[in-house]
Amino acid sequence: MSEWGGRKGTLVRIAGPVVGAAGLDEVRLHDVVRVGEVGLIGEVIRLAGGLTTIQVYEDTNGLKVGEPVVGTGSPLVAELGPGLLGRVYDGLQRPLEDLAAVTGNFLERGVAASALPLERRWLFTPRVKIGQRVEPGDVLGVVPESQTIEHRVMVPPNAHGRVAAAYEGEFTVREPVIVIELEGNGQTHRREITLSQKWPVRQPRPYRNKLDPDRPLITGTRIIDTFFPVARGGAAIIPGGFGTGKTVTEHSLARWSEADVVVYVGCGERGNEMTEVLEEFPTLEDPRHGAPLMARTILIANTSNMPVAAREASIYTGVTMAEYYRDMGYDVMLLADSTSRWGEALREISGRLEEMPGEEGYPAYLAARLSEFYERSGRVVCLGGPLPQPSASQGEGVGGGSRTGSVTVVGAVSPPGGDFSEPMTQNSLRAVGTFWALDYDLSRRRHFPSINWTRSYTLYNLREWYAAEAAPDWNDLMREAMALLQREVELLEIVQLVGPDALAESQRAVLAIARMLREDFLQQSAYHDIDRFCPLPKAYWMLHAILEFHHLATTALEAGISLERISALPVVAEIARMKERPVAEAEEDLKELAERIKAEFESLAHDHSTP
Amino acid sequence: MTTRPPDTLTRRPPTLITKEYRTLSRIAGPLVFVERIQGVAYGEIVEITGPDGEVRLGQVLEVNQRLGVVQVFAGTSGLDLARTRVRFTGDVARLDVSLSMLGRALNGSGQPIDGGPPIIPETSLDINGLPINPSVRTHPSEFIQTGVSAIDGLNTLTRGQKLPIFSGAGLPASELAAQIASQAQVSAEEGAGEPGNRVDIASASLRPRAPAQFAVVFAAIGITHRETSFFIDQFRAGGAMDRTVLFVNRADDPTIERLLTPRAALTAAEYLAFTHDRHVLVILTDMTNYCEALREIAAAREEVPGRRGYPGYMYSDLASLYERAGRIRGQAGSVTQLVILTMPDDDITHPIPDLTGYITEGQIVLSRDLHRKGIYPPIDVLPSLSRLMNAGIGEGKTRADHRAVADQLYALYAQGRDLRRLVAIIGEAALSAEDRRVLAFAERFEAEFIGQGAVNRSIEETLSLAWELFAPVPAGSLKRIPTKFIQKYHRGKGNYEETRK
Repeated sequence: MSEWGGRKGTLVRIAGPVVGAAGLDEVRLHDVVRVGEVGLIGEVIRLAGGLTTIQVYEDTNGLKVGEPVVGTGSPLVAELGPGLLGRVYDGLQRPLEDLAAVTGNFLERGVAASALPLERRWLFTPRVKIGQRVEPGDVLGVVPESQTIEHRVMVPPNAHGRVAAAYEGEFTVREPVIVIELEGNGQTHRREITLSQKWPVRQPRPYRNKLDPDRPLITGTRIIDTFFPVARGGAAIIPGGFGTGKTVTEHSLARWSEADVVVYVGCGERGNEMTEVLEEFPTLEDPRHGAPLMARTILIANTSNMPVAAREASIYTGVTMAEYYRDMGYDVMLLADSTSRWGEALREISGRLEEMPGEEGYPAYLAARLSEFYERSGRVVCLGGPLPQPSASQGEGVGGGSRTGSVTVVGAVSPPGGDFSEPMTQNSLRAVGTFWALDYDLSRRRHFPSINWTRSYTLYNLREWYAAEAAPDWNDLMREAMALLQREVELLEIVQLVGPDALAESQRAVLAIARMLREDFLQQSAYHDIDRFCPLPKAYWMLHAILEFHHLATTALEAGISLERISALPVVAEIARMKERPVAEAEEDLKELAERIKAEFESLAHDHSTP
Repeated sequence: MTTRPPDTLTRRPPTLITKEYRTLSRIAGPLVFVERIQGVAYGEIVEITGPDGEVRLGQVLEVNQRLGVVQVFAGTSGLDLARTRVRFTGDVARLDVSLSMLGRALNGSGQPIDGGPPIIPETSLDINGLPINPSVRTHPSEFIQTGVSAIDGLNTLTRGQKLPIFSGAGLPASELAAQIASQAQVSAEEGAGEPGNRVDIASASLRPRAPAQFAVVFAAIGITHRETSFFIDQFRAGGAMDRTVLFVNRADDPTIERLLTPRAALTAAEYLAFTHDRHVLVILTDMTNYCEALREIAAAREEVPGRRGYPGYMYSDLASLYERAGRIRGQAGSVTQLVILTMPDDDITHPIPDLTGYITEGQIVLSRDLHRKGIYPPIDVLPSLSRLMNAGIGEGKTRADHRAVADQLYALYAQGRDLRRLVAIIGEAALSAEDRRVLAFAERFEAEFIGQGAVNRSIEETLSLAWELFAPVPAGSLKRIPTKFIQKYHRGKGNYEETRK
C-alpha cells in the first residue's frame, strides 16, 4: 500500500460511514485516505489529538479495528478533460458503466476506475503558436468532444509562461499536447500540458470576475420562462412534497433548456429515474442543435441506496465539472435532485461525529454549506483571453479580450411532509434568486407543472432583456395575466363563502379567463410530443391570444352580451388546443387565431346590435 | 467444533478461529456492550449464549479499540453480565437460498417454521445485498394487470416498480394486497410468452424452465397472527402457495428481528429473479413495524433523534430496502415491491409514509371516508400516484387512449370533490347544469369505478367503464382527451340531444 506514499495509520473506531484512525500524523483536513485492507475511499473530516476522523464513501461492513489507513496526500479531486459528456458517474466520479464491466450488475466496494476514457484518442488542434505568452485560462487548443461541444484545453491555474511546443494529432488524455516554459523564481522549467487536469471538488474554480445576471436561461417550460424566469448564472430551487413533480420538472429542464452543457446530479434519488434519463436522452434531440441530448449531458447517479457519504460528495463533483465547462465559455446548467438528500447525508455524518445538532438535527453549518454551494453558480468573465481563431465563437458576449460562461444551478428540495418551513427549504431560499414552489393541491388535480403562481417568485430583474429580445409589450402582458390570476384567488374565496351566484357577470368573466390561463397556458404536459417544449415566441402568442379574448370579452360584456354566449364561441375550444400546435408554425397559427378571435367577437357584436 | 450454527443466517467457516468473550459491561434495551475485544468487524454476526444456554443472534453496530456494541435480534431479556458469552462469527448475516424455498414458510431470519425439512442451500447470500448499478437497470415499462381499476386505470403498476399502499388502522390494505397478488398472477400466466419474457438463449439452455414464471415473496413484519393467517389462507385458496416464499415475523416475535425480515425476503427475491428468472412480487407488510424497530435501536444507542424520534438515517435505511426492486438489462426476471404501511393516525406527513413516498415510485392511498361509505377497495385516487405509469401504458401495452382517459377522470373527479364541498355550504340548487353533471360523475366514479369489490377487471373493462362514465359529459368538457379519441369512444348521447335542442 506504499504506492500512495503516505504514512500508515490504524483503524480504532468504526460506526457506520464514520471511522476513526490513529497514527496518521501527516494528513491534512479533507485529504483522501484509503481505509482498510480493501482500500475503501474516505475523506478526513476532523483532526483531534492523534485521532483522525474519516467519512468513508463506501459501505464499511466487515471493516475491523486495527486495519490500515493510508493517506493519499491529495484532497478529493475531479478529473476534467474530454470524455465527460455523455457519461454516467457515481458521486466520486467513477464511471458506472466501467464499474459494471468490472463487478457486474451490482456495485461492489473498493473498485477504482478512471473518470475519463484512457484508451480513447482525441483529435487535438492547437490554437497557439510556439513562443506565444500564455496565462492561466488561455485556450491552448481544441478537441471535438461531442456533436455540439468543442472541448477547449485551457492553461491550468498558476501556470504563466511561453509555449515551447505544440503537437497536433490524436492523443489520449494523459499524453502531453502542449509544453509550456514556466517563469517564476528566476528559473524556467517546462510543464507538459495534457488534455486532462485535476481539480479539488470542494474548491470553486477561479474566474476573473462575476457579472450581474441580466439575461434569462430559457427552459421551454412556460410558467418558468414567462412568470418566474431564472437568470443565466442564477440559482433556483424547486421544493415540493413527494408526487408534486420535482423530478419531472427537473427532467424537463435538463431536456429543453437552452444550456450548452447540462450536469444532472441524481443525489440520493431513485435508480429507475436515472435509468429513464439514461434510456431516453440518447433518443431525444436538443431543440437547438438537433444533436442527441446525451451529447451535452453529464449524469451523476448516486442513488439512495448507494453510500451516504458519496452522496455528500456528488454535488461538489457535479458543480466542479459544471465550472470546468463554464471556464471554456459555455452556458452550463447544473440540476441537483435532491439537495435534501445531500442535507440528510450531512446530518447523518454530523450525528455520527456527535456534533451539537442545530435545527431538526441538521448541523449548525448547514446554512453556510448551502450558500457556499449556491454561490458557485454565476455568470462570469472567464480566466484567460478570448477564444482564439479560427474557432467560431459559441459562448455569448465574447469580445473585449475575454470570454464569458455561466453556471445556472437548480436544486430540488424534498421538504418532509411538503412543509416549506423546514431548514433545507428556508436556508436554500436565502441563497437563491428564484423560487418555484410546487403545490400538493395542484398536483392532486393533475395541474402540471404544479408550480404555485402565488407563492413562487423570481428576484432576477430580467424585464429589460424581455422587452428588448422577446417582445416590447412582454412585461405588460405578464403583469396583466398575473393580475388576473391574483384576482381569481380573491374571487374564489367569495365563491367558497356565498356561491357563484353572488358574483357579477364581469367577475364571472374574470373567473372564466383565469381558468383559461390556468388550463390552456400554465398547464404543460411533459409527456406531450409537442407541448413538452415551448419556445418563447409560442408562449408569447398563446398568452397574447388569451388576453386578446379577455379584452374583447370585457368590451362585449359592457355592450350587454351575456357571458354564456361569449363562452360558447368556437374559438374557446381552439384556445384550449393552442398547446398542441407544432412549434414551427405556432407563431403564424396563433397570430391568425388572434385575428379569428377578433372576427368572432365582431360578428357577435353585430348579431347583438341587429336583433 | 464444526457444528452447524443454530441459524441459517450464519455461515461459519470451520477453519476460522472464532473469538468468544465473557466481558459484557452493559446491557441496555436491545444492545449489549462487550469489552476488551479484538479483531471484530463492523456489521459482523454474533452469537450470544445466555446463562440458560439459549443461543441468540446479534450484529455489531459499533466497534472501537475497547468496546463492541452488539444489537441482539431476539432481545436481551434473560441475559446477564457475568455468565453471558458472546462469540463473534467473523461473517455478515447470510441467508441460505434455493429454488426449493418456494412453498415454504420461514421465520423472520430465514429458518423453516412449517415443520418441513431444512432448506438445502444452493448458495448463501449476504442479506444486505449490494446496490444495483444504475447503469445496468432497465426502465420498468411492462404493464402488470392487477385487475383493480383504480390501480390499472389511474395508477398503473409496472414490473420492477416499488409501490406502497398507505393504509390506516382498520383499513383493508391486506385484502387489497392479497387481491393484487392473486390477480396479477393470473394475468402474468395469461401473458406468458410476451416479448418481455424472453430469456437469452445461453441462460435458458442452462436452466430448463418455462419462460419467466411468477413468484411471490411475502414478508410479514410484526403483523398479528390473524393477518398472517389471512395471507396464508389467501395464497392457499388461490393455489399460489407453491410459488410463494413466506417470511414471518409475528407481532409477538422479537422486535429487532424485524430489521432482518425484509432483508432476508429481498435476498430471496433477488435470487429468484436474477438467478432463476422469475417475475417476483415482494409484499412487505407492515413497514411501520420495521420503522418502530429501527427507532428502538436508535434510542437504545442514544443517537441524536430526527423527526418524531426516528433516526436521521431512516431515509437511507428504507432506501436500502426499497431500491432492491427493479429490472436489470439482459435479465428475464424482475423484482416488484408492494409495500404496505400504516399511517399513524392517518397522517400522510408522518415520517414513515413521508420518507417512503420520497423513495418509492408513487403510492396508493387508502381513504377512511370511502371505507366508511362501504366502497372497496377504498383507494383515494387524488393523492395516489404511479410514477412509472407513463412507461407502462399506451398503444401496444394497454390502449392508446389510456393516458388521456386517466387525466380526464382525475380532472373531473377533482372538480366533483370541490363541488361537493361547495354543495355542503350553498346547497345543490345553486349549481349550474354542468356542475351538477360533474357532481353526478363523481358519485358514479366512486361507486362503480373505484368500488369494484373483489372483482378482477381487465384493462379493457376498466377503460370501457371510464367511457361509460364520460357518456353524460359533453365532449367540449373533456378537455384532456384529444379529439380523435373522443370521436372513437365518446357516446355522449345526452349531450348530443341537448345540443340539438
